[in-house]
Amino acid sequence: MLKLPVYLDNNATTPMDPRVLETMIPYFTEHFGNAASRNHPFGWEAEEAVDYAREQVAKLIGADPKEIIFTSGATEGDNLGIKGVYEMYAQKGNHIITANTEHKAVLDTCKHIEKSGGEVTYLSVQEDGLIDLKDLEAAIKPTTILIAIMYANNEIGVVQPVKEIAAIAKKHGVLFFTDATQAVGKIPVDVIKDGIDLMTFTGHKMYGPKGIGALYVRRKNPRVKVTAQMDGGGHERGMRSGTLNVPGIVGFGKACELCRLEMDQDTARISKLRDKLETALLKLDEAYVNGNREHRLPHVSNISFKYVEGEGLLMGFNKNIALSSGSACTSASLEPSYVLKALGLGDDLAHSSLRFGLSRFTTEEQIDYTIEQISTTVLKLREMSPLWEMFKEGIDMNSIEWAQH
Amino acid sequence: MAYSEKVIDHYSNPKNVGTLDKASKNVGTGLVGAPECGDVMRLQIEVDDATGIIKDAKFKTFGCGSAIASSSLATEWLKGKSIDVAATIDNMDIVEELNLPPVKIHCSVLAEDAIKAAINDYRKKNGLEELVFEEKGVH
Repeated sequence: MLKLPVYLDNNATTPMDPRVLETMIPYFTEHFGNAASRNHPFGWEAEEAVDYAREQVAKLIGADPKEIIFTSGATEGDNLGIKGVYEMYAQKGNHIITANTEHKAVLDTCKHIEKSGGEVTYLSVQEDGLIDLKDLEAAIKPTTILIAIMYANNEIGVVQPVKEIAAIAKKHGVLFFTDATQAVGKIPVDVIKDGIDLMTFTGHKMYGPKGIGALYVRRKNPRVKVTAQMDGGGHERGMRSGTLNVPGIVGFGKACELCRLEMDQDTARISKLRDKLETALLKLDEAYVNGNREHRLPHVSNISFKYVEGEGLLMGFNKNIALSSGSACTSASLEPSYVLKALGLGDDLAHSSLRFGLSRFTTEEQIDYTIEQISTTVLKLREMSPLWEMFKEGIDMNSIEWAQH
Repeated sequence: MAYSEKVIDHYSNPKNVGTLDKASKNVGTGLVGAPECGDVMRLQIEVDDATGIIKDAKFKTFGCGSAIASSSLATEWLKGKSIDVAATIDNMDIVEELNLPPVKIHCSVLAEDAIKAAINDYRKKNGLEELVFEEKGVH
C-alpha cells in the first residue's frame, strides 16, 4: 500500500522511531527529576537514565561514556568543538583548516573565529566533493591547532576519507574535529579506529528527538579539552553547563542503540531503494548525479535535471513528495547551493538539483511513486523550458548574451 | 512557503505554452533572465499589422512556479491588447493578480521585461523606434 505523502528529506530531519518515543515518555512525567539532584530518588532515577543513555550513545561510536558531552544538537557541538578548541589551545596557535563544503554551523563558526583574530584556511574540494589530502597536508602550519572536516556531506552525502585525515592530523600534532551529523547511525563510525579527537552529532538525524545531540571529546591519546561556551553549573565535566534534557537524552540513547543493532539490515534495504531510484531517474536525458558515488552515504542521492529549475520541479509534486532542492528559489538568499557550486557545478546545474534522503521508513511503493512523479514532471517542465528547446536545437547557450539580473 | 491558488493553477494548467516563428515579421520575441539566476523567460507575441493588436502570445519559461505562472498570466493578458496598451502592463499588476510574496516579485519583473522586450523586438523588425523603459532595478 502506498503511503502518502512520501518523505524523502531525511537529511533535514528524520521521523522519530516510535520505539524511541516510548522510552522517552516516562521521563516527562513520572521520572521528571533533575539529573543533578544528588539527594533524592527523583534525581537518582534521572541520573541513572542519563548514565545508561550515555553508554548507548558511546557504544554506537566506539567511545568511552565519559567522552560524551550532551549538547542541544549538532550546531551547538560545532560551536563548542571548534570555538572550544580555539580558546583552549590559544597558546599553541590560532590556525584552523576546514573545507568549503562544510555545514554553515562550521563555516560561520570559523568566520566568527576569524573576526576574533584567528586564521582559517578553507580547502576547496575536488569535483566529486572529496577533499584533496595533499592540499590538506600542505595547509598545515606551525600555528595550526585544528582540522575541522565533516564526516559526510548533508547535501550530496559524500563521505570524506576520515581515517586518512586523522592520520595526517596526528602526524602533525593537530587535533581533528569532525561534524558527523549525517554519518552517525547510518554508516559505521568508530572514533578509535577512525582516529577522531572531537565529533559532533545529533539525535534527530537518526530517528531520535530534536534538541539533543552530543560532542565526543577524546580523553586519552591525546586528552582533549574544550573551553566551555556557556557559563553555569559546570555540568558535563565543566564543558557544557545547563540542566540535562533527560527525556531527550533517553530518547537519543535509544535511537543510538537501535541504529547500532539495525544498521546492517537498514543499510542493505535502503541502499537498494536508493539505487533503484537513482538508476530510474538517470534514464531521463541530461540527468546527473552530483558528488562521488562510491564514497557516499547509502541513503542519499543528489541529482541535477538539466534545463529544469529545482523549485519549479518540486512544485509539480510537493503536495505528495517532500524533497529539497539546491535551487536558489527555495532559500531566502536566492543563492544556489554553495556545496554544489564548490564541486564546480555551474549555477544553472545547481539550480536544477534535487536532494533525496531515504530512511528506515521509506517503502518500495513510495520509491516507485517518486520515480513516476519526478519523471513525468521533468518531461512536462522541459516541454515548457526555453533552454530545453535551445538544447534540442543544438544552440550553444554560452553564445547567448544573457541579461544577468 | 505556500503558493497562492492562482499560481498553482497557472503552474498546473499553463496557458499558451509554445513557440511562434521568430523569423516572422509579425512576431516579437523577448528572451530575458539567465540560466545562472534560475529564471529564463521567453515570451512571444504575434501582432496584426493593420490594427496593432496582439493576435497570439506564447511563452516558455525555465524557473520556479511563480515565474511560470507570471509568464502564463502575461500571455493571457497580452492577447487582444494593442501593443501600445501591452507596453503599459506593470509588474505590480502581476504581483497583485497572483498574490506573489515579496521574495517572488522578481518573477513579475521578469515577465514585464519579457513583454517589453517582445514589443521592442516587433517594433525593431517593423522599422519602428524602440521604446525606452525605465529600469525597475528590483533584481
